[in-house]
Amino acid sequence: MSKAFRFWGLVPAWALMLLTLIVPILIVAAVSVAERGAYGGFTWGFDLTSYRQILFTEGWTDELEFDPAYLIIIGRTLAYAAGATLISLLLALPVSYFISLQSARMKLILVYLVTLPFWVSMIVRVYAWLIILGNDGLAERAFRLFGGWDVPGFLFTPGAMLTGMVYSYIPLMILPVYASVEKLDPALIEASHDLYGSRWTAMRRVILPLASPGLMAGSILVFVPCLGTVLEPMLLGGGKQLMMGTLIQNQFGGARNWPFGSAIAMLLLAMVIGVLILNARRALARQTEVAP
Amino acid sequence: MSAANSNIRDYPGFRLLTLVFFLWLYLPIAVVIYYSFNDNRLVSVWTGFSTKWYASALENAALMSALRVSLTVAVIATIFATAIALVSALVLTRAQGLKFRRVSETVVNLPLLLPEIVLAVAVLILFSQIGLQNGMVRLVLAHTAFCTPFAFMPIRARLQGMPMDFEEAARDLYAAPLTVFRRVTLPMIMPGLFAGAMTAFVISMDDFITSNMLNSGGATTLPVYIFSLIRQGTTPELNAVSTLLIAASLVLATIVIVLNARAMRREG
Repeated sequence: MSKAFRFWGLVPAWALMLLTLIVPILIVAAVSVAERGAYGGFTWGFDLTSYRQILFTEGWTDELEFDPAYLIIIGRTLAYAAGATLISLLLALPVSYFISLQSARMKLILVYLVTLPFWVSMIVRVYAWLIILGNDGLAERAFRLFGGWDVPGFLFTPGAMLTGMVYSYIPLMILPVYASVEKLDPALIEASHDLYGSRWTAMRRVILPLASPGLMAGSILVFVPCLGTVLEPMLLGGGKQLMMGTLIQNQFGGARNWPFGSAIAMLLLAMVIGVLILNARRALARQTEVAP
Repeated sequence: MSAANSNIRDYPGFRLLTLVFFLWLYLPIAVVIYYSFNDNRLVSVWTGFSTKWYASALENAALMSALRVSLTVAVIATIFATAIALVSALVLTRAQGLKFRRVSETVVNLPLLLPEIVLAVAVLILFSQIGLQNGMVRLVLAHTAFCTPFAFMPIRARLQGMPMDFEEAARDLYAAPLTVFRRVTLPMIMPGLFAGAMTAFVISMDDFITSNMLNSGGATTLPVYIFSLIRQGTTPELNAVSTLLIAASLVLATIVIVLNARAMRREG
């Protein structure tokens, strides 16, 4: 490979990412400390008002009052992302394990079936749940038919939002969990049985520890996009229950407070990078643990 | 393996749970397709079979114009993203003793690591600061960036999976670097290149968050237009459009998955 190509081959990728990603994020950081202008614009400067606004509001006489409104949104974002991750995890483990027991051909087909809906446009998938959970939708009618009682409606509930989030991202959990469960040596489970361990002991003491790298990887892959999710809270949550993604979107849309929107975006970015760093450190600690 | 052995490994309820899971996974898709053939104006009241909503969707000028925007952006972004991914993958897998390899790889994959809403806000501010007004150019630039890692991964996997012997043999026979690439490397990585390009295309067609943030007159993509329709209320026409999108995604996805599976089998 020529020296020139080694250099010029990487230039387009670097140029693209610098221009559309790295530099723009630095600009977001700069806007987050800019001053908000009168008509929705901003003027450059160094002003931490936008970050202060996350915790405090200014009262009538310029005194700061603690206001938990935005903290609640941040907490809600974390709670929903954690909830969706946990539900995905609880579903993915048995499903992946069951798939791993099938014949080679069946495994391929089932993994294909897991990934297939993931390719369908996100907006269409969320819309589909809107029909199912909506007024007089499939879910309500099923309850009336089998349960015999009227339900007050599923749409715009936490359950609807969680359903949409789990549905959107669960293939990202199943694939890594399946990859680690599939490698599991059946002899280990037999050994645990020979030592009078019950099925559930084998699950707890053999399968779970061996599947934990996959569970961890899957949790990151689900948790991170859930933090920034926009469509589920807007359509299934009804837009009233703000999450960080929708809060950012509002600041750049109707509310037009770019510095504040930028500050929330930087906070979200910091949270995601924090998760990634924690994960990398954990993986590193694990490596040194395994190799003495 | 004896029946008793497989028994220990079976867990009661896992089969049922998996079955229910797959039903749940395909229920939304089935529901949209089913209701798209509903004769009734009300989405959830079935009165008879009809294909009229497909006809009315295809006659909807705003919808067709959004589709045109989406296709144009997706095709151009796919070409750029795949070309950039290809040259980066070639250098990152073939150059020996390359400096900044890890950093460069992270940079190429950066859009995958960061939340899309942050990237969307970042390009919006950038474009408004440098005064880039053209909606199509804004969309193509942003889409190229987040499609690149999706094109990169299958190409790199293919390059890493194939032995270097063939390229070395061609070089030993005094083939020029470009000839080696054109006659040996390119045909061998073709499935990966194709899978990468298709993935990039689907990712661009499906994008909502960035396209919505950059939405301006004349540059409304199909998902953004569908979103505005959903806000106005569910209609059977919306189901017909969604069904067409589902069909297109499933066909493209099947091609990519089969190509990837074949590539892996050949390696293994």
